[in-house]
Amino acid sequence: MSVGAPKIPVRVAEVVEVNALIKRFRFVRRDGGPMPVFSGGAHVVVDMDDHGTRRMNPYSLMSDPADTSGYEISVRRDDAGRGGSLFLHRHVTPGMDLVISSPVNLFPLDARARKHLMIAGGIGITPFLSQIAALSRLGGRFELHYSARTRDLAAYADDLTARHGDKVRLYLDDQGQAIDLNRLLQGQPLGTHLYVCGPKGMIGWVCRTAESLGWPKSAVHSEEFLAPPVGLPFQVQLATSGKTITVGPAQSLLEAIEAAGVDAPYLCRGGACGECETDVLGCDGQIAHNDHWLTDEQKVGNTKIMPCVSRFQGKTLILDR
Amino acid sequence: MTTSFPPAMRSRPVYGVLTARPGTGHLIVADGEGADAVTDMIAAATDAAAMLARSHIIYVPGPTGTDRAETLRALGAAQFHRSPSFAACLPRLQKVLADAQMGMQIYVAGTEGVIGQVQQQAMLAGLPWQAVQTEHRGSTVRRVQCVHCKGITEAVRTDPFPCSHCGLNLFVRDHYSRRIAAFQGVNIDAEDPGQVPPPVERFA
Ligand code: FES
Repeated sequence: MSVGAPKIPVRVAEVVEVNALIKRFRFVRRDGGPMPVFSGGAHVVVDMDDHGTRRMNPYSLMSDPADTSGYEISVRRDDAGRGGSLFLHRHVTPGMDLVISSPVNLFPLDARARKHLMIAGGIGITPFLSQIAALSRLGGRFELHYSARTRDLAAYADDLTARHGDKVRLYLDDQGQAIDLNRLLQGQPLGTHLYVCGPKGMIGWVCRTAESLGWPKSAVHSEEFLAPPVGLPFQVQLATSGKTITVGPAQSLLEAIEAAGVDAPYLCRGGACGECETDVLGCDGQIAHNDHWLTDEQKVGNTKIMPCVSRFQGKTLILDR
Repeated sequence: MTTSFPPAMRSRPVYGVLTARPGTGHLIVADGEGADAVTDMIAAATDAAAMLARSHIIYVPGPTGTDRAETLRALGAAQFHRSPSFAACLPRLQKVLADAQMGMQIYVAGTEGVIGQVQQQAMLAGLPWQAVQTEHRGSTVRRVQCVHCKGITEAVRTDPFPCSHCGLNLFVRDHYSRRIAAFQGVNIDAEDPGQVPPPVERFA
């Protein structure tokens, strides 16, 4: 059985240092063929063999969806992370072979919108780059509000401003500039859809403000891939396969299940898509639900878990896997 | 009382109960007994006066003749408009939607035909259909599109019924189109012309 989206064997065609924290990678097919077409906002999961540890991290595609000659992602180096971004930054060089998944879109534009209002924070700019490329071809109406720590860290800001002029507004923290969100959200024509991608705090702030100003939930879209948090090791019983596994401190439950040779479904590996949802058959302890998928009720009930990001602390956890 | 419908196929719309929500403006559309859902919502609102000061109410008498325009007018909303038919108030509705900004709340109550057509207009204005609050009250007559000639017959009471455009005898399905805001009607005697079961009054 194969799980996850279908795989594409690729070669790294180019690595560009965008700024002190961000590198851009371009992938082309090893067989020279065209890449599948994707829609703006889609991501791929990059499969990495980090000196014996398998890492699979989701990254938004930032290249023009119409360009099927290759895909581009931008990766921010996370020095405190589990190592996926460090591996890409330190060890991935042009000419290297990698495997990526086919694109999956959990953050699509709503084509029925009269206007697209985009709010990006830092590296959260990447899905908007592919969306804007698609929208400007179709003549779609959009406005991007992009905040970054400094001008140097505002990746692609110059290019965006050069191409799209006053449709792009830049806010720099070190200049004391901030989005006047109340004003921005109150002046939008009916039929505007709001999209936000960036740090957790920003997503929460934008969604809460929109709700308090009467924006319908269905017109507010956000994307945040969670990196699987590190934690204490714990044991899990897999009832269907009859195995007991130990999840290491820097390993996710999903990775531990896979390492034990058990196929488990996944798509995003970041707590957003719902694909990995697994039934909990027994739980004596506390599940740390770290996902954006389960409802609060489901989380309290402890009958489901999202193994890509969630952990456990306690005596026994039995999963239907 | 809010109408309760028996369970049906998934495409059949389900309706809620109107609840006042915070918003920068309130567009309220109702027909027939839908007026009662509006007065119930206003009665339960935490700050009814403030809400009414930013409300625009459009009211159409119901397909069975119910006309509660005066009750709604007496609420004292910033704007109240009584229209003889939904078709007659459509340009007004479209103008309100075109000029509105995000944050305006939309409520619609009454029969399925009006609920569906207000949702349709909201969707054309770029809003997701879920953004419209709905409540069914009163008559259950249906708005049905003939799948053969595409003509729409309003206020259908019996099943089957003759299409008001092409005359075919149509069986009324629960299959519903949000885009067209109508149920689907399919020819019932296509195989054996003339073999039409007697019409039953299913919608009142
Ligand atoms: S794989 Fe997407 S939520 Fe777990």
